[in-house]
Formats: sequence, C-alpha cells, structure tokens
Amino acid sequence: MASRVKFENSCEVGVFARLTNAYCLVPDGASEGFYSVLEGELAGAVTVVRTSVAGTRIVGRLCVGNKRGLLLPHTATDQEIQHLRNSLPDEVVVKCVDERLSALGNCIACNDHVALTHPDLDKETEEVISDVLGVEVFRQTIAGNILVGSYCTFTNKGGLVHPQTSVEDLDELSTLLQVPMVAGTVNRGSEVVSAGMAVNDWTAFCGSDTTATEVSVVESVFRLRDPRPGAGALGSDVKNSMVQDFFTS
Amino acid sequence: MLPGSAPAAGGTGMFVPAATAGTVLCCMCGVSMQPNPANMCARCLRARVDITEGVPRHAAVVYCPDCSSYLQPPRSWLRATPESPELMQILLRRINRPLARLRVSLSGAEFVFSEPHSKRLRLKLRLRREVLHGIVLEQTHPVEFVVHDRLCDSCSRAQANPDQWVAVVQLRQHVPHRRTFLYLEQLLLKHGQASLAIRVAAAPGGLDFFFGSRSHAARLVDFLATVAPIQTSTAKQLVSHDTKSSVYNYKYTFSVEICPICREDLIALGPQASRDMGGLGPLVLCVKVTNAIALLDPLTLRVHHLEEKKYRVYNFKAALTSKQLVEYIVLDIEQESPEISIDGSRYQLAYAQVARVSDFGKNDTIFTVRTHLGHLLNPGDHALGYDLYGANLNDDDMDKAMTRYSLPEVVLVKKSYEKRPRTRRWKLKRLLVEEDAANKAKGEEEKRLDEYEAFLRDLELDPEMRFKMDLYKNEDYRSEMASTVGDDIPTVPIEELIEDLTLGDDEEDEGEEAV
Repeated sequence: MASRVKFENSCEVGVFARLTNAYCLVPDGASEGFYSVLEGELAGAVTVVRTSVAGTRIVGRLCVGNKRGLLLPHTATDQEIQHLRNSLPDEVVVKCVDERLSALGNCIACNDHVALTHPDLDKETEEVISDVLGVEVFRQTIAGNILVGSYCTFTNKGGLVHPQTSVEDLDELSTLLQVPMVAGTVNRGSEVVSAGMAVNDWTAFCGSDTTATEVSVVESVFRLRDPRPGAGALGSDVKNSMVQDFFTS
Repeated sequence: MLPGSAPAAGGTGMFVPAATAGTVLCCMCGVSMQPNPANMCARCLRARVDITEGVPRHAAVVYCPDCSSYLQPPRSWLRATPESPELMQILLRRINRPLARLRVSLSGAEFVFSEPHSKRLRLKLRLRREVLHGIVLEQTHPVEFVVHDRLCDSCSRAQANPDQWVAVVQLRQHVPHRRTFLYLEQLLLKHGQASLAIRVAAAPGGLDFFFGSRSHAARLVDFLATVAPIQTSTAKQLVSHDTKSSVYNYKYTFSVEICPICREDLIALGPQASRDMGGLGPLVLCVKVTNAIALLDPLTLRVHHLEEKKYRVYNFKAALTSKQLVEYIVLDIEQESPEISIDGSRYQLAYAQVARVSDFGKNDTIFTVRTHLGHLLNPGDHALGYDLYGANLNDDDMDKAMTRYSLPEVVLVKKSYEKRPRTRRWKLKRLLVEEDAANKAKGEEEKRLDEYEAFLRDLELDPEMRFKMDLYKNEDYRSEMASTVGDDIPTVPIEELIEDLTLGDDEEDEGEEAV
C-alpha cells in the first residue's frame, strides 16, 4: 500500500520524514493534511512524533534508526534529544553520535539486520551503529556514489537503489542484505530514491510526482501488496536459494 | 557479459570489476530500458518534452522577381537560385535569432519540395536541445517561408525608366570612312568595356555610348585613351535638385574625338612639323595608330611616333586616304638595302618599276619609285599605292611640299592579292548598335559592307592587329576544293581562333585560344 503525499509542496518525502517499524519522526509546521494521511496509515502500529533535529526540519536526512534505536547527529539539541526520549517507546535507544558527517540519513541506510554506510565513516560511529541499532555494518558505494543513505533504501522485505547500479552491484547488494533489490526511480525519474520516499515493512509514502509504474515497482519490491508468498513479487526469482530461505524462515 | 562470469582484467594487470548496466523501467510507461538521466524512455521524453516549442514555424522572405535575388535586411540583395546553398544560407539567417535565444542548436537542414509558383519555401530543420538533467534531444521541425515579391532598388530604377542614362560618351572621328570604328568595336568586345552601356547608338560621324553612371562612362573614356589618340572634353547638365538635402542630379557628356589620321593615310608635313620631327620627309605614311600615331617616311624608312597632344599642335590632315588607293603592277624590283625591322614591322628599301593597272597594256606609262615594300614585292605582283602623278589634291601643305621638293609620283602602300577565298574560316562578333534610321543616306548600306569587307581583309594581312582582338571559328566554313588558292595569300592560322560558345553543345570544350 504505497501512498502519494507531498510535504509542503515538495515531493521529497524522505527528506522530511523518517519512518521505521517502531516509530515515525516528522517535522513541525506542515499542513494538517500531511499529518492526517500519515496518521491514518500508521495509526496505532507506529508512534508518530513531531520533532525537529538540530533546529531544522530535514529530519529524515539527519537521523537514522530502526526498531531498536535512533541515532542523532551531534548538532541535535539536548531539548530535542529529551523530547525524543520522552516520546518514543522505551525499547528505542536514542543516541547522539559525534561524527563529522552529520547528515546521518544520507550516510547510513539500514533495516533491522544490516546497515550500509558511507565509506569514510569513523570507526567509532561504526561501532555505535552496530551497538545501538544491533546491525551488521558494511561500507559500500551505490553506482559510484558514496552517499548510500540517499541513493539506496531498504527494509526487511526488499530494497530500491539508484537506477544506474550495475547488475553485478545489484547482485552483490542482494547477497549482502539478504533481501531482493531492484534498481528504479521515484518522483518521475528522480534517482535519489531514499530522499523521495519513506518506507517500512508494511507501508510506503512516495512523493506526488511518482508515476504509476514507479509505485508498482515500489509496491512490488517492498512487498506492500497482499503478498501471496512468492507470487508476482519483484525479486522473487532472482536467486532460488534466497527464496527458499524466505519460506523456511 | 553474463553476470557472475569472470570480470575482464585491465590492460595493466589491474583487477577491474565488470559493470554491466542493468535495466530499469521507464517511469512513465514501464517499458524496460537503459537508465538515462531522465529515466524515461525516448518516446515518453519526446511526448512530454517538445524541444521545438517556441521555434518559429513561419517566416517571411522578400524576393525580387526581376533579378531573382533575396533581401538580406536591411538593405543587401543576394542572388540565389531555387534550392541552392546560398538560398539555404539566406533562409537560415532569417530564423537564426529565435533559435539562439531558445538555446536550440541546428544540426541539419534540408529543402522540402514546394511548387515554384506557390510562393512558399519549405525547410526541414533538425533541432537539438538539452532538456531535463542534461539529456540532448534531437527533433525535426518544418519551417515554411512565405515569399513576398518586391522589386529591388536597382530593378525598380531600371523599371521606372529603362532608357534613363546618366552619362554619355560621344565618340567621333571626322573622316569619311568607318574603319576606325570597326577596329574599336572589336577592341571593346575583347575587353568587355561596352558591357556596362545601357545603349549604343550610331550617330553621324561616330558612336554614342549611354551609361547609367558617370564612373562607367569615365571607365570607357580611360580605356579609349589607351588604344586610340583621343581628345576629351566633358560637360554636365543639371537634371534635378533636391533642395532639402542638397543632392544634385546631373547628366554628364563626354565628347571624345579621335585623331583623324588613320592607317595608310598619306600626309604631307608642313615645314615646321617636318623640322620638329627631325627632318622627316614631307611625305609620310601613317603605319600604326595606337594612342600615338606612327609616321613612316617611305624614302628613308624612319618611323616617328607622334602623341595626341603634339598632334594637336600641328593638326595636319591626311592628303590621301585609303579610299584613293590605286592598283599598280610591279614590273621590276631591285632591293637597295637589307631588310630592317622597326616596331615589329619589316621594311626594305627598294627601287621598283611600276605601272598602273589601268595603264598596263594600253600605254607605256611606267614609274620608277623608291618603296619601302622591297621585302614583299616581286615582279608581277600587284600593289596598291597613291598616285601623286595624277592626283588632284586640295592640301596647302602638299602644294608647298611640291614646290619645295621633288615628290615621288607613286607611293606604294601595300601588296594586293588577287584571289580571295570565298568564305573565311573565322568570323568576328559585332556590337549591338542602334542604327540611326533618320540619317540613312542612299548607298550607305553598301558602303558599310564594303568597308567591313576591307576591314576583314586587313585583319587577314596583319597578325599584330589580330592579336588585339578575338577571332572565332566559323562553323559554316567549308574549305575550298581548290586549296591551291595561292601560297602567299595570308590566311588566319587555326591556332588563333576561339571556339564560339553555343548553347546546348556540352561536349564542345571552351576556348583554344593560343597566341
């Protein structure tokens, strides 16, 4: 079930919102229409928290997290950190990371098991990520781009990458992440797929410019439609062994 | 390369992983394609983006039907034939500005056929423009030009008054014959000096050349000054006057008078003239007229060149002209001195015994004369000369000379040839001259034809004169069966002839002129 939304006339939803399986962070100041659509989809299952990070509204690009934790840049104010600790469920660990590359959302892409990071990330940050988020960390580039968090987005079900990723790279990522990956676009041909959408295991929000083809690709690879196991899902035929894993797990 | 197969090794031995581009779905239509900066398939791109938006589809161009030229604003007119590269250039310049403004570049253009009388010119342009994240799209775009007819400035001026002339050159020579004008006509044809003339008219005593501008007339006058001894005077007449901008329109007249001495004229020099020329005998023959007159003393074989200005000091006239040549038969000849060459012409002093053809056989009148034609004449030849023995002259100088010196009775001028071939292998082009119908006298036509025939005969004799003009091959020439017409009759060698240009004769090569 992928929906199309606009945040204040911008189609880059992933810039402003951070969506995980346990919570959703959105900035303040948007129209009530946006919030109502979001809450309509996520009601009950996921806490929707209105916040700012480092005084800005680009929440999606500055912080990164999964169901276990949330990482914030060092520029985040104490008040924000406190607010987040108060609002989020207790299982979610909120941690501030002292990292030169402060746009964590652009540098790190993660799901509940694996994280892909910018090749130049500090060693300590890597350790923090693996501690707090409980994931395996891999340094990667996507189609020659070092900003993996912008050009690649993946959940526990599937992933979408930059359209110019080569076939070998796609294979390698699939194997690494153990999920089907596909190269595609959102927002009518935009390559910055992560900034154009916010996605978790059962729902996705794309920008309004996203065409029907792109929505179908998204729904397919992230398995957002009512999935009959293995049927019609993109990537279901990529590697037989992997599909077998899926069924048996 | 299949995914999973061994990657290619780089030339240096470095490991270079293979990178095959994957396929993505076009974001609009979902067809599988190679990723591009817009991530849309070519058809969706073309459908979505029209790079020819804003490029003009119609334009106008102005054409002059008289001289088939197109206007290049603001004022220049360029000749161009239909569907030619020049026309393409003119049309592309008309739409260049809007193209540049829209940042569209032209990668090709071609003509699309349109009926010539439809007043439309169609071009198909290939336009190239960068859209959306750096993709360059190419698209064809038809442009239609509407052709508007308008006379260009020069044509409208010519149309308004076709006979309007601004300058006239009145060429005159006060002699009874027209030989000089025939010669000048051929010279003008060869050098193309009369091509700018609007009209050429015949006038009593000469020719009138009408021009559209003063500079063209001056050009003709300058040319004439180099080929003939002339005296010019100019005059102008006010036609109109624009008071506001002080522009005056005039009609200019150049009166050009050619010196009345021609070739083969016999002149008796007055005592002063004779003295000034270094004692040149009182009787002189004019042998060559260029921009100076060459006077030959037949008895001493001395040639003196007299310039026009110096001539005007004396202003002597010819005592006897070539009309009064009489035919003689040479009875005996005795060379006196070796053959010499002056100015490219050869002379040889000789004593000759001649008798007039009219006397020959009837009486015994024989003249013994000194002549300069010793190298040409043999006993039995015919020659033309001036008969001073029986002449009745009206010339003061001649009377004076007769009293002072003892003058020869005959002055031989040139050799004459008996038989002449009927047709000539060569022909000449003529200038288009408007005849003055009102001033025609009876018998003028015949006189003209005779003069022309004499002129052609002269041409055959004189290779130097031939050098100055163009002779064309006569296709109607059939060489006579009796080609033994006489070995010594001079004819024009075929190497000097030019092939005449005929329309429709593609295999014919152009000029084989060789002199």
